[in-house]
Amino acid sequence: MLKYIFKRLSLLIPTLFGVVTIVFFMIALSPGDPARVMLGERATAASIEKLRHELGLDKPLYVQYGLYLKRVVRLDLGKSIKSGQKVSEEIRDHLPATVELAVWAMIFSTTVGILLGVLSATRKNSWIDFGSMASALVGVSMPVFWLALVFIMIFSVKLDLFPTGGRMNIRYYFTPISGVYVLDGFIILLKTGDPKVLFSALHHLVLPAIALGTIPLAITARITRSSLLEVLNQDYIKTARSAGIKESRVIYRYALKNALLPIITVVGLQVGMLLAGAILTETVFAWPGIGKWLYHAIEARDYPAVQGGIIFISISFVLINLIVDILYSVVNPKIRLS
Amino acid sequence: MSTEIKENIIEISSEKNSLFREALFQLKGNKSAIIGFIIIVGFILMAFLAPWLTPFEPNAQDISIRKTAPFVSSHILGTDDLGRDLLTRIIYGSRISLIIGTISVGISLTFGILIGLISGYYGGWVDRIVMRFIDIMLAIPYVLLTIVIVALLGPSLINAMIAIGVSQIPQYARVVRASVLAEKENDYITAERSLGASDSELMFKSILPNCIAPIFVQATLGIGDAILSSAALSFLGLGAQPPTSEWGLMIASSREFVTSAWWIVTFPGVAVLLTVLGFNLLADGLRDVLDPRMKD
Repeated sequence: MLKYIFKRLSLLIPTLFGVVTIVFFMIALSPGDPARVMLGERATAASIEKLRHELGLDKPLYVQYGLYLKRVVRLDLGKSIKSGQKVSEEIRDHLPATVELAVWAMIFSTTVGILLGVLSATRKNSWIDFGSMASALVGVSMPVFWLALVFIMIFSVKLDLFPTGGRMNIRYYFTPISGVYVLDGFIILLKTGDPKVLFSALHHLVLPAIALGTIPLAITARITRSSLLEVLNQDYIKTARSAGIKESRVIYRYALKNALLPIITVVGLQVGMLLAGAILTETVFAWPGIGKWLYHAIEARDYPAVQGGIIFISISFVLINLIVDILYSVVNPKIRLS
Repeated sequence: MSTEIKENIIEISSEKNSLFREALFQLKGNKSAIIGFIIIVGFILMAFLAPWLTPFEPNAQDISIRKTAPFVSSHILGTDDLGRDLLTRIIYGSRISLIIGTISVGISLTFGILIGLISGYYGGWVDRIVMRFIDIMLAIPYVLLTIVIVALLGPSLINAMIAIGVSQIPQYARVVRASVLAEKENDYITAERSLGASDSELMFKSILPNCIAPIFVQATLGIGDAILSSAALSFLGLGAQPPTSEWGLMIASSREFVTSAWWIVTFPGVAVLLTVLGFNLLADGLRDVLDPRMKD
């Protein structure tokens, strides 16, 4: 086990190094001079030259690359050109919002997805199976941002059930404790007995989390169905059934446990999708997270912020996948032995 | 003697090809494939026949009839904020989406096949380096990679196609490599090699045709994905630019009308949904038929 973890960890370093390298060169070699873009059309040659010098852009590329690597190793992602704030601080400020949104989207997509998958597999070829698989297919074919707009149109504008965007009703403004508003709301509830912050935070989360979770939900439902169907065909399930064990126990206690393996992998892969999908969802719902922040950085051609943001998201993606793989090998010895 | 063996080998590999044809024949019995196929053909016809299907011009503005509701006038799906016929714009939009899908998948296919073939066929250090590189590319979430590439190249429809095509290359390369690895171990390859077939002959004439099935499935899925991604890019202002009747752009410009004109928001999205659904259904059917292991 330890050997497997060590092997995976040793592969991690070249991957991370590769990501940093690719992102650096992609941005460094892209057409257009960042300094000129940042200063705009009317900038004088002297001011451009000054900024190029400040940013280190006048040095040879390999020197820039070496300097960048040196800084990244010390977790220094440079300063945002737009705000002048450290990129790492900006990421830290925007991260809780995205984590909160992604976690709720994940909870929603995983629970509902597995439930739909189990229902479909146990009632194969029934209308429930057909209905949930058809909606799963529609789910993966939908543009997320469009779904988000349709949600706003129906549930916010027409029915007035949920807010159109933002994380919190500004009337309940408070100084963030953890930055994860549901958690903060809970702490406030415990401290003061006032549930308004908690409710407002949850209220604002419903639509964005469902919108962001729809595609992962559809994928989870489909993989749960096919994985469970495969397990249900195996001999040990037949044995369990013929031994007279109750069907619900056969499914939840014996079959689903083994069917969970591929589901874990898929759910792990979805973390990356959620982080990337957050760009669109956060833009539509004015959700002040990493996605919206990165989008504005891209729009403003804020190169250090863009570089830092992509490196941060990719590294989180790689780390989460590593954790999933290790978890996977804990439950499935076949993997680490092969 | 050796020509006889060669003919035999050709027969064996063409038998594999006819298996592929048989699989396509089986598709006729596959409901999801048929529905998908019909939807796709519908959109293709729509794209080709656009000028004959509608009396309106996609970019003709008429402020006097702006935001006409659907189903009440000759503008069946209503008009947008500039009085342009929504149905016409959607019909013409199918041209753009299908072109984007085809070109970007073309880019990913060309490079993906080349990289996958070389990596899988030669193996060894070539394979190790290529796979390392692909792993790194896959570490950057696909949507993000596309957005960054297009943001760096500058927002335009062509750059969007390039960005989508390029960021999908690793996935194609992986699929191709996996099937090349399985295929090159077959006896007929060893036999052909012993008869003096060159590397490139083996790669492109013998191995590749037998790896087509998974590539085909991936490409079908890929067109749908590309259409979704291009809509997303246009939505973020990084793809098609106004007044192009691109579906994603139409949704983006409808954002301010969520309170006043639901049809401007709804219909372009339905068009994206239907097209992508068509490709996904067809890909599902293809996978069932071509790759029996994936069957439930």
